[in-house]
Amino acid sequence: MNTVPADLVDAPTAPRTTDWSGPAMQRRIAKRYASERRFRLVGLGAILLSAAFLAFLLVSMLAQGLPGFTQTEIRLPINFASSTLMIDPATLRGFDADTALAGADFEGATAAAADAAFGADGARLLSDGAWLKVRDAVKDDPEILKGQAEIWVPASVAIDIAAKGDGAPEAEQALANLKARDIVKTGFNLGFLTAADATDPTLVGIWGALKGSLLTMFVTLILAFPVGVLSAVYLEEYAPKNRWTDLIEVSINNLAAVPSIIFGLLGLAVFLNFMHLPRSAPIVGGLTLALMTMPVIVIAGRNAIKSVPPSIRDAALGIGASRVQVVFHHVLPLALPGILTGTIIGMARALGETAPLLMIGMRAFISSSPTGFTAPATVLPVQVFLWSDEVSKGFVEKTSAAIIVLLVFLLAMNGVAIYLRNKFETRW
Amino acid sequence: MSPSTLLLLLLGFGVIAFFTARARGQLLKPAGGVRPHSRPNYHGWYVALWAIVPAAIFLFVWSIVSPGLVMQSVLSDPAAAQLPPPGMDRDAVLNEMYGLASGTIEAAFNPLAEQLLPIYRAADHFYALIATVAAVLLAFAGAAFAFTRIKHEFRARTRVERIVMGVLLAASLIAILTTFGIVASLLFESLRFFGHVSPIEFLTGLTWSPQTAIRADQVGSSGAFGAVPLFWGTIFIGAIIAMVVAIPLGLMSAIYLTQYARPAVRTWMKPLLEILAGVPTVVYGYFAALTIAPALRDFAVMMGITSASSESALAAGAVMGVMIIPFVSSMADDSLTAVPQSMRDGSLAMGATTSETIRRVLVPAALPGVVGGVLLAVSRAIGETMIVVMAAGLAANLTANPFASVTTVTTQIVQLLTGDQEFESAKTLAAFALGLVLFLVTLMLNIIALRVVKKYREAYE
Repeated sequence: MNTVPADLVDAPTAPRTTDWSGPAMQRRIAKRYASERRFRLVGLGAILLSAAFLAFLLVSMLAQGLPGFTQTEIRLPINFASSTLMIDPATLRGFDADTALAGADFEGATAAAADAAFGADGARLLSDGAWLKVRDAVKDDPEILKGQAEIWVPASVAIDIAAKGDGAPEAEQALANLKARDIVKTGFNLGFLTAADATDPTLVGIWGALKGSLLTMFVTLILAFPVGVLSAVYLEEYAPKNRWTDLIEVSINNLAAVPSIIFGLLGLAVFLNFMHLPRSAPIVGGLTLALMTMPVIVIAGRNAIKSVPPSIRDAALGIGASRVQVVFHHVLPLALPGILTGTIIGMARALGETAPLLMIGMRAFISSSPTGFTAPATVLPVQVFLWSDEVSKGFVEKTSAAIIVLLVFLLAMNGVAIYLRNKFETRW
Repeated sequence: MSPSTLLLLLLGFGVIAFFTARARGQLLKPAGGVRPHSRPNYHGWYVALWAIVPAAIFLFVWSIVSPGLVMQSVLSDPAAAQLPPPGMDRDAVLNEMYGLASGTIEAAFNPLAEQLLPIYRAADHFYALIATVAAVLLAFAGAAFAFTRIKHEFRARTRVERIVMGVLLAASLIAILTTFGIVASLLFESLRFFGHVSPIEFLTGLTWSPQTAIRADQVGSSGAFGAVPLFWGTIFIGAIIAMVVAIPLGLMSAIYLTQYARPAVRTWMKPLLEILAGVPTVVYGYFAALTIAPALRDFAVMMGITSASSESALAAGAVMGVMIIPFVSSMADDSLTAVPQSMRDGSLAMGATTSETIRRVLVPAALPGVVGGVLLAVSRAIGETMIVVMAAGLAANLTANPFASVTTVTTQIVQLLTGDQEFESAKTLAAFALGLVLFLVTLMLNIIALRVVKKYREAYE
């Protein structure tokens, strides 16, 4: 008869019970619950930290950017009768008006008027482009050339920053003097929304870049959308399962994950150096971004087509539709909201893309808004990048203001995408 | 007529052909109780395609061939005998002539260009006329041929559908073409680069200073193209610092959202986190350079680190990490929810608390998916450009000090290819070699990540 070794036998034969209400166990449970609460708090903290970063980012952009939409102006009295401007108002009514204006020394006259009005260094209170306003005023109403006029002209960067509460002491002093004479105001800067890039931060505008972005996005959309939808249809509905189809699928999935700068290198090598398309043009930017956006549309399109239930196809086939009719009359219309949502998200990504466009030369300084698809242009995110490189302090608020414009566009696009998804997407 | 006007006219003709043929199709009557094979629309499409496609193909081919023909007839003119022999000089004259003809320049420097201009114009006119006549004939002939085929039993639908299938196939081949274009252009330019610099030196060299000299005989004119400092900088910023930020935050966010948060919180917080991924990278870059980097430098100086740079690796990496949070969190979210409910229930039934279940059961079970997500995030981080261009430096340092300045592959690509460049120099070509390395590494990371995720999914299906 085998005997169990003594040390393996529980000394008291009664089964050992855990004393759940005993102090040791209570302490243990309390510890476990505390650790549970800590873990939960860490999770909450992680989310709140991420959200806080987002809020910080947005708030700091708003705080820096909103002043960028305003501009400080100074009321400049000019005595045209005694100024160096030698224009006869009569010539400004004829055909030679622009020539006469171009020949006149508005810059000198404005500087002289500023010196006369604000003392020796008066011209430095005004923006470098103040004379443009004077010229426009004269163009609008040549009669003022006969006498005196008071024209609102943009103030210099230093004054502008001082008016927004962050100026150097001497600028603050000059501003106080101007304020004492009640000839300074800070108002909405319409020029920022209508002008293009400039060297002086008081004159820059976002319209040139915005128009470039719109042209580029148009090219991207008309290329990427049809190609993306058609290849999604082919892969999901018709493609035979073979090595070629696998190759197409692998290509598309990889293209969606290729870094965007690689597409820029492709655009540079193929579109510019091989096909000799014009540099910096929206058409090249649009082509490059279309290659980048297409895989996104294909993947979204395939998911949308996949979610259309087979019963729809079977029903259509059953009443005699051909395979092409099934897809184009029934599947595609039902999948369209999903495809559109994916397209808008892909386009939003393309709108914010900077790196590939730098590669194809869309970083040039362009001081007028682009006139067509082959004209040199820049786009919003590249404009942000260019302004962020500027040393002048006045560009800080303009950069942030441009970022606000960009974010508003992105938000609107994503809003439309979410609306479409909620409104039209069917759960089968 | 210019090609674009011609194309528009052609499209207009196609529309007319469509409606005419459709009307003709509607007139087809059932014969012997059998309806016509195709519906009127298909006859319309069939005729319209015959009207447009052959003429369009002809115009496309013609637009490639005709400049050569025009040139031929200009050169065969007696006036062209005075042209300099083929080479730079001849090209200069001819280019001036093109400029005059298109109106981009007002007057030619070379009188010969002005002299050749009328000949060029005449030839151009002649060939444009041929193109117009031929295109019109083709369009009419195509439409007429197709129109005569509209019959009761004619299978217009099958023919149109065959073309539709061809278009679909062509559209899906564009993805392959793009991949091929990327690989070919990167390989081609990189091979030229490796003609200047040996691949061994490029991949193992420790010095990076691509500034080539202005004069050819200057000392050190070849530059130094050892890319190891760039690889280190990229890994340091993208794979180390960014991940130190993104993995804990992303993973814990996903855990909280999937396991603890109420559904209402989840529906609000998840899109909110995804906004982080939707903010353009140039905005992050600006934010990193303007706000985060100076704050970090001040902090470092306060802590007594005097070598702190205002273009620190830490600023770029941390901001990049924040951008990556949604990627990690959504991948972790997917893998956590894919863990079978029974495993969770089993653990809870044994008396484990929720956090013990998560740490001991869910996370280990979801680990392959999480690792795959992290690999995808790394691949995205090392390919990210704008944040590092704006916030990281240009100095190619081999350092592990997060407050020092390092540079990355993408920063250098941008640096090498913007500004003044000549396309043949090793400096410009180096960008393509860097691009090739970047492409291959991200491709590998993606393939591995997708394979890991796929295998893991299979394990639970």
